[in-house]
Formats: sequence, C-alpha cells, structure tokens
Amino acid sequence: MTQYGFYFDSTRCTGCRTCEIACKDYKDLGVDFAYRHVYDCEGGDWQMQSDGTYTQDCFVYHVSLGCQHCDDPACVKVCPTTAMHKDASTGLVSVDEHKCIGCGYCHMACPYNAPKVDREKGHSVKCNGCAERVAEGKNPICVDACPLRALDFGSIEDIRKKYDGVDSVPPLPDASYTHPNIVVKKCPAAARAKNVAGLVANPLEVM
Amino acid sequence: MPNMNVNRRTFVKTAGALGALAAVGGTAATGSLFEPTTPAFAEAPDEIHWSQCNVNCGGNCIFQWHSKDGKIQYMETDNLGSTDLQARACLRGRAMRRWLNSPDRLMYPMKRVGKRGEGKFERISWDEAIDIIVEKLKTTIDKYGNEAIYINYATGMYSATGRVPIQRLLSLLGGYVNQGYDYSTHMLQAVMPYMYGSASNIADPKTGLHKTLGKKATKFSPYDNVNASSFSEAEAHSDLVVMFGNSPAETRMGGANAVWDYALMREAVLGRGGKIVNIDFRLNESSSGHPDEWLPIRPGTDAALVSAIAYEWIKGDKVDKEFLDKYCVGYDDDRMPESAKGQNKSYKDYIMGTGYDKIEKTPEWAAPITQIPASKIRELADMIASAKAPFICQGWGSQRHTNGEDTTRAICMLPILIGKIGLPGTNTGQREAEPPTYLVGKIPFTNPIKTTLPVYQWVNAVDHGHKMTAKNAGIMGAEKLGSDLKFIWNYAGNCLTNQHGDINYTHEILSDESKCEFILVWDTVMTDSAKYADLLLPDAMRSEQMNLQTQGYSEYYTAVVVGTPAQEPPGECRSNYDVCADIADRFGLKNEFTEGRTHDDWVEYLYKKGAQADDKMPSWEQIKEQGVYKRALEPAIGLKSFRDDPDEHPLATPSGKIEIYSETLAGLNDTWELAEDEVINPIPVFSEGFHGYGSVTSEFPLYCSGFHHKSRTHSSFGFIEELEKVARQQLWINPADAEPRNIMDGDMLAVKSPVGEIRIEAKVTPRIVPGTVGIPQGAWHKADMFGDKIDTGGCVNTLTAYKPSPLAKGNGTAHSMIVQVSKA
Repeated sequence: MTQYGFYFDSTRCTGCRTCEIACKDYKDLGVDFAYRHVYDCEGGDWQMQSDGTYTQDCFVYHVSLGCQHCDDPACVKVCPTTAMHKDASTGLVSVDEHKCIGCGYCHMACPYNAPKVDREKGHSVKCNGCAERVAEGKNPICVDACPLRALDFGSIEDIRKKYDGVDSVPPLPDASYTHPNIVVKKCPAAARAKNVAGLVANPLEVM
Repeated sequence: MPNMNVNRRTFVKTAGALGALAAVGGTAATGSLFEPTTPAFAEAPDEIHWSQCNVNCGGNCIFQWHSKDGKIQYMETDNLGSTDLQARACLRGRAMRRWLNSPDRLMYPMKRVGKRGEGKFERISWDEAIDIIVEKLKTTIDKYGNEAIYINYATGMYSATGRVPIQRLLSLLGGYVNQGYDYSTHMLQAVMPYMYGSASNIADPKTGLHKTLGKKATKFSPYDNVNASSFSEAEAHSDLVVMFGNSPAETRMGGANAVWDYALMREAVLGRGGKIVNIDFRLNESSSGHPDEWLPIRPGTDAALVSAIAYEWIKGDKVDKEFLDKYCVGYDDDRMPESAKGQNKSYKDYIMGTGYDKIEKTPEWAAPITQIPASKIRELADMIASAKAPFICQGWGSQRHTNGEDTTRAICMLPILIGKIGLPGTNTGQREAEPPTYLVGKIPFTNPIKTTLPVYQWVNAVDHGHKMTAKNAGIMGAEKLGSDLKFIWNYAGNCLTNQHGDINYTHEILSDESKCEFILVWDTVMTDSAKYADLLLPDAMRSEQMNLQTQGYSEYYTAVVVGTPAQEPPGECRSNYDVCADIADRFGLKNEFTEGRTHDDWVEYLYKKGAQADDKMPSWEQIKEQGVYKRALEPAIGLKSFRDDPDEHPLATPSGKIEIYSETLAGLNDTWELAEDEVINPIPVFSEGFHGYGSVTSEFPLYCSGFHHKSRTHSSFGFIEELEKVARQQLWINPADAEPRNIMDGDMLAVKSPVGEIRIEAKVTPRIVPGTVGIPQGAWHKADMFGDKIDTGGCVNTLTAYKPSPLAKGNGTAHSMIVQVSKA
C-alpha cells in the first residue's frame, strides 16, 4: 500500500481560500459544504503607552485542512456501517454513499472537522483526496490551485522525506490521537499561539 | 505528482488514454470493495477551453475550463509548464463558474418602468433597445454636443475586445468626454508626474524628447517597470523590504501575480538575513505567519512617519547629499528653483523646523500622530539607513486618502534621501513594477474629443459640468467642460453608485432625471448601479465567446490567451461588439466600425498584429491549438538609466531631475481655485487631510478606512454566496474599541458617518490599530433609497463623503472617514 498525504506550508499560506473554492467548484458543492477549510488563527494584545502610542504582539496565521487520511481514522472507527473506510491501496479515507446511513458519528468523532452529513443527499460527505485524479496520476485539485504553492500531495513517505515539518500545529490535536498523514511547515506566528481556545477567529466560515 | 505540461491536443489525447485506463482498472487501482461500480470520469473526455479572468485585480489569471455537452463542468487553472510560472487563479477566479451560471444573470434587454434607481424594468427586444440608444445618442448630440456623453469608469470585463467597441463607436459619432486617472491610483497618478516626470514636459510622444533638455526623458506611470523595480529584483538583491499600504496577498492574489513574487522575495530576503517591514493599519494577509513584519500605523499618517525618519537621517548625517545635489531639486536651498530660493521652502527646512510651520519633525512629534513609539521610529530609521539595498515601496492604499497627494510623494522621500534609487535591489518608493509587455493590443479607436474628466468628478459633472474648468475642477485637455453630462454609458462596472463615493448623494443626483437624461447600463447581473439604468442590456461573459487577452499588471511574466467559448451565453445575451456594430449600421457607419471584421476576426487580427511585432509568440494556428502562450521576464530596476546617466536620461520634469520641490505645483496652488481647507503642497509634507488625523469628534469618534478583501475584486463577485460564506463581510475593530461599546465578535453593527449609515457584522480582532475601524470595500449596497437609506449590504461607499481631493480631484475619502460604531 502507498499511503498518500498532504503537505501544508503555513509560512506561505495567506488564508486566501483558493484551495477551498477550487475544491467546491470541482466537487460541485453548494454554499453549505466544503471539503477543505481555512482556519484563521489570530491573537495577541496591545499595550498603550503614555504618549498615545502602542506596542503589540499580535499575530495571524492560517491552517488549510482537508482530510488527513489518518492511519487510525476516528471516523472509520466509529462508523456503524463500514461506509467510512480507508482504501487498501492508497490509504485515502472516503465514504461509500450507498452504505452510509447519515448518522453523523464520523462528523462528531473527527478532530479535524473533515466529514459532514449532507442531509439532502442523505449521507456523509468529505475530502476523498481526489482519489479519481490521483488514480489518473494528477494532484488533488486544491494542490494545483494554490497560488502560493503552499500545498503538496504524494506518498506520505516521500512528503516526509521532501519537507521538514511537524504533524500538528495549533489548533490541531496531538498527532498521537489519529496519526494524520500531514506535514505542516510551521510559521513564526504559530509560536505565539499559547492557547487553542479562542484561537480560531473565523468559526462561521469553517463550520 | 507529475505536473501537466501539455497543449490542448495532447491533453485531450492523454485524458482519453487515462480515461480508458480508469474504465478498465479503476476499481483495481483503488482496490476497494466499497467503490461505486461505475468508475468516475470514464466517459468521453472533457472539452478544454481556455480564457483569462476578466476582473480588475491585474492578474488576468488563466482558466482551463472543462466542459461537457456544451456546459462547463469545472475549472482547472493554468497547469502548463513549470509550477513556478503558472497564472493560477485565486478563489475569485475559481468561483467564475458560479458567476457564469448565476440565476441572477441578466438575460434580456430591459427598459426602466419605475423611478430611476428603483430597479423596476420590463423586457424589450434588441431592436427596441437599439432604437432607444440611437434616438438618445442623436438627441443628446444635437441638443448638448458630444461633451454631454460620458463612458463611466468600469473594469468588470477586461479583454482585448471588452470595452473598446463602445469607445470606437462613440469616437465615430463625434466622441465623448475622456476619463482621467482611475479609482485605484487617483491621487498618485495626478501628483507623481510632478516629482518623477510628466508627459506635459515631453515635446512629442513619438520621439519622447524632453521639451527643453532635448533628450529622451522618462515620464511617470504606475503601470510599468521603468519607474519602479520588480519584486523579483528585491528577491535577487535586497536585504530590506519596506512596504507602505501594500498587501499583494489581498490585492494581487493570483498565482503569477505579485503575491507569488512577494512570497519568493520574502524567502530570499529572509534567507540572506534580511528583513521585511509591512507598514499598515491592519496586520494584513501578506504578513500571515510572519507577525514580526507588521509595523502598525494609524491610516493616513505615513507622511508623518517618513518625516520623522527624515529628521533622524538629517540630524545623524545619513542623507546622501551628493545624490540629492546631482539628481534632485528642492532638498535644501542649494538646489531650489530661483522662484523659491532663500525663502525656507525646501524639504530640509520643513523637516528641521525652519520651514513654513516651524515644527521640528522629530520622532516624538510623529509618535502620537502615527501611534508608533518614537523608539520604534528611530529603530526603523537606523534599519533603513544601514541596509545595503533597501527596497522601499508603497501599495495604492497610502495614496487613497484625502492627503494622498502628499503621502504618496512623502514615501518616495525615503529612498531619495539616502540615494537608494536605480541601484540593484533598490526601488523608487513606488509600487513594485509591472511589466508593460502587452503582447496584443485592443480594437483601436481615436476619440476626437480631448476634454478629460478626473474619474471621481463625474457626479459633479452631471450636476454642474458646465461650470467645471481646469482651475476649479481639474479638467484636462481643455479649459473647461463643454456641457453637463447628459448621457452616461456604463459598461461592466459598478461605479454609478457602489464603487463611487457617497452613495446617498449620488442617488440624489442620479434620481433627478432632469440632470442626467439617459443612463445605459450593460452588465451581466443586476448590480446596484444597474438599478439606475434607463436601458439595461445583458452582456455575454468572456468565457462565453471567443476571447483574447494579454497579461494585466501582474509581475515578472507576460502571457496571451486566445480563448474559445466554454459554453453558450444564456438568454439573449449578445457580445457588445455585435451590438455596437448594429448601432453603427443605424448611423451608416457599419463599415467604418467593423472594417469588414466580425468580433472573432478582430481577435485573429489583433493576435497576428501582436505576433508580428514580437519575435517569440507562436503563430495564429499554433495559439488556436494551445490557447496559452507565456514567458518569464527579467527583473527590472526602476530609474536605472536615470541613475546611470541623468544628463543623457533625464526625467520628464521641468528640471529633468527628481523634483522634491515642484515649482509647477507651487504655481497651481497660486492659480487654481481651491476651497479654504485645500492646499497643493510643492513639497511632500504631512498634511492631515479632510476627515484625516485630528478630525474625529464626539459624534464620530473613530477613524475608518476601506480595504481590499479577498472575497471580491472591487465589487466583482460581490453576489457570489460561496465566496461570502468563506470570507465574510465584516468590520474590523480592535478589542480596545469594541469593549467600551459592548461589541462582541459576530455582532451586527450600525456604522454612521456624516453622510450615511450601514449595517455590518463585527470582527473583533487585534489585527487592526486601536482608534480605527476597517471595512472591506466592494460589498453590494442594499438599501431602500426611497425610504431610510440604511445600507444593510455593508457597502463602504455609503459612508464616504464626496469631496474630491485638492489636486487630483480624486477619491481620497475612500480611506479617510470618520464614524461612530454601535451594536445595531
């Protein structure tokens, strides 16, 4: 098996959401669904001086996330019908819509906000790593969309060899939880993120 | 993963082969028991159609449409050649299918049936529409003359054949009033030529020779790579990049646009131990991930910061006096024009407190104005002075203030004072360069009328055009405007209301049908401007017709795309070329208009003409096959030839030098009719400006500025829900201003300025300076204009006062506002 995974360079990401919109166009998703989300992480404080000037330690960085196609996917574990499954040859996690009963356990279990239930379609929906493009030897649509070339995709073995990075950056959970197949290049701003609570500044845009 | 590097023909072939492979081995390849039995994408290969984005961010990114049975399925972007040189569309470009297939598309010609501005129309035929246009053109020209006709500023449909058919048609009918400057660079375009060179000092545009110096001279343009250096030059040689009011990550978002050059530049500069300083009132997206780059400043006070840095340099003997003496006029009394000598009018006098205001521009003076601590100002002064190759640039945000004419020149003083211009890795203080390498031209026209109106002045010209002169209203090309504007042709733009200033006032002027007698709007969807149409026509999108475009004001590369229709236009949408040809026919000018060419013939003609002048472009047959041609360009150093030899390569200023003090501007200040609060300053001083620093009141205690937002290009894409969902229209407010108002993140707010009121959601964020709120420009105005006029769409121009700036007569209020904010 070749386990596939993503690379994300948070030193380059400007939070533009091109990855998300390119995916929505390709997957023909409406307003309410996206298989990739961009989280705006913001924080810091201002100190006013006696002369009306300020000093500050504010920061912003972004985290763009589809599905991490985890080694130990929480969504697969909780699925009562085996609809949510990990592909034997690529390790990509996807939902068999014929089997899915739309119970939403996967949505609740995933610490990366990847699967959601589309009530109109009656089943879960999520990033499948563009398995059909990958089978044709192409990248997922989001990767080739990024104007900053901040995304990459490939065999996770190659990705880990090619890039220095980490497997978790705030607000992501510790990697030991699901063993995600992602490499994140950490930006200077991420070091300023002391608390995960309140870190994500755009909840309405990502939920 | 392999990158696709194929032309249209091989793509179709490859896709076919892979499709067949998927059909046979799809299940085996993915190996899952749970795969659907029908392999995806196994049927006939997609048709591939190319086109370029048509909106005004400058990127002109490349679209690769995938269509099936005449209907677009999805978009890929530029996937050709090296990944480093791909004009990858941004989120807006990737939402273009939503625009094309929007249920809000205009489908039929319509005429107004309600009050003007009410947005009530009824369907008519194209014949009737053309009858109306012909009749209105005839009566307007007969009654008022051609100077009563105006094509409004509009940038929603960029293409080699986009807007020009209208200009060509009206030129054949005797002409129309020209536009001067634009809403993007209004103050800058007007004033920078006095410092760096103006066409008015060139004897003949053909030779480019200076009027008095007789040498080929350089004139200023914000859209070239002669005046400014490219980010790729900074990438190659700079050790410090200082940006004022510039965020390529929000304004130049495409993948062959300045944001990509910026990212590469950052990695190179940081990699050699250099630094980047991003001076803005917001922690903008260009510094995402890199918070140390941000130097927060109160908007509209850049010139105060610059003045304090200048003070430190002069006091510390860091200025390059030799450069200032050789290349500049007006730094100190050694190099002042005779008319101003010995009168303490020099820049040095202004900075050191011996000038007109007798104030020393110390860091302590600038600190409370800019909100930057004096120690931080000194630190920045030292940092720039000790850099080997500082690249100092400004976006167009700094000049889009009521004091923009002073601010934009002031920023340029930094590289001028230390002589860091025209050398490797340096810049002129202007915006990073753009390549003027346009590979194809547009359909030609020559407007017989030379009278030119600063674009922001059109509402005044509707109201009292006949009173507007060169001296009281900045009219160019003539002493005065010959008429009030009576016929407005508004093609693919939203500047009738949304993107102009003070929408409530504009509504008042436009809804009075005795003023402007006829408004023609031609667009793809029902914009706020379209509601003011007397006649409303439906346009075909570029991706729905054969299309041709070269690159925009992107950076470091040039391209041309010959595109084919990815799907048919809906309803009765027609190409404006065809309609203009029909109108020309009614005036007996069809042959003059078409020269025997159809729209598609023009595309071929323009391409071939471009290819003839360029030695690298593929043949017409080849480009039809491959759709896209592009090539990288060499980095550029702004004003290099002037630096190398100022006598042989002078600037097109009266002196041939950089005019820090402009005698011409001093003359305008004396001769123009200015309001009491208006000054045209000959040197780049810090001036507060209307609704600028110090103007807040108890009623309007907060400063407010517009800014460019990722979900729209100006107002283009402003109706696409998918974009609004992922990048919401929100007012940015610092917690220090939100807390006393009990404002929480996500609250609905009422924002009032002296001229209007909006509703908008709150984004409570430390990413904006205290005391100032920020509103993303371009959101669609939504108000009952015959009722309370409260704009629930959150359009910033409901709040911007209509007060043209002193010299440019421009839209400085776009970023200079005062407001009160409360929970709605």
